[in-house]
Amino acid sequence: MHIFEGFLPSPWWQIWFVVSIPVIMYGIYQMNKLVSQRREIVPLLAVAGAFIFVMSSLKLPSVTGSSSHPTGTGMAAILFGPAVTSVLSVIVLLYQSLFLAHGGLTTLGANVFSMGIAGPFVAYAFYKMASKAGMNFYLNVFLATAIANWVTYVITSLQLALAFPFEGSVFASFKMFALVFATTQVPLAIMEGALTALIMKYVVQVKSDVLVGLNVLTSSAATKLREAME
Amino acid sequence: MKLEYLVAIVVILFAAQFFYGVANNPDSEFGGADGEAADMIAEMNPDYEPWFGGIGFEPPGGETESLLFALQAAFGAVVIGYTIGYYKGKGEKN
Repeated sequence: MHIFEGFLPSPWWQIWFVVSIPVIMYGIYQMNKLVSQRREIVPLLAVAGAFIFVMSSLKLPSVTGSSSHPTGTGMAAILFGPAVTSVLSVIVLLYQSLFLAHGGLTTLGANVFSMGIAGPFVAYAFYKMASKAGMNFYLNVFLATAIANWVTYVITSLQLALAFPFEGSVFASFKMFALVFATTQVPLAIMEGALTALIMKYVVQVKSDVLVGLNVLTSSAATKLREAME
Repeated sequence: MKLEYLVAIVVILFAAQFFYGVANNPDSEFGGADGEAADMIAEMNPDYEPWFGGIGFEPPGGETESLLFALQAAFGAVVIGYTIGYYKGKGEKN
């Protein structure tokens, strides 16, 4: 879900651009550096971007009678961090707003912030902390991805609530928007987390050295995961 | 293989909740949650008009929209499949 074109009045749409643009710029810088220093990560970067493409095209129906789609950003966040994820998200969001009339150009800043920055940032922080604490890798990927999805919708609700307070109260409005999304997103996020964990398993299987190079896994953790597969 | 089983269970549960949802909301069209949010804005602020719009291509109907979504998914799936296959093939050669 993205905030529709024209649905954020001034000054909110400008504010979200101001917040998002520096992160995107930093992401482009980081991405260039990564690509020039580590050619071997390019295919993985493509996979992460493609995963966002696939996930955000799947409009899945939920128990409450509405549909929404996963964000797919958790994997990119775990692999490359939130700044690079924001760049990948811009590409997907541009496609959807230009060809599908989903989201919009004026709301791009806000949508990039919720989907490409806030969600991935929390997911990334969670992944790093849980991985230090020794959590099982796949469980960690599952949770971080689901969290990225949930945070995205919490932030979207907040963005809408800030722009459209209900009877003067941002909080009342936030609760209303969050309720619309919560019931749709909870099962979706679980599904997305499970799929991401599965794809990561195949990445570990075929290319765990790249994960070690990206500091996603320590080499001992990677060896252990590979041994567990045999 | 254990992870595959777990994911399969999640997928089955997800499908189950969908059928449960269909049974419980027989009239629902399963429209987007974003549309619901837009309706809510309209309810809360009856005089709010989207102040900008009409840039970009608007799919002429549901069918074309499905096509574009399918293309988006297919493109992504091809890249993922190709890359994992590429890695796998390379790994086997060494």
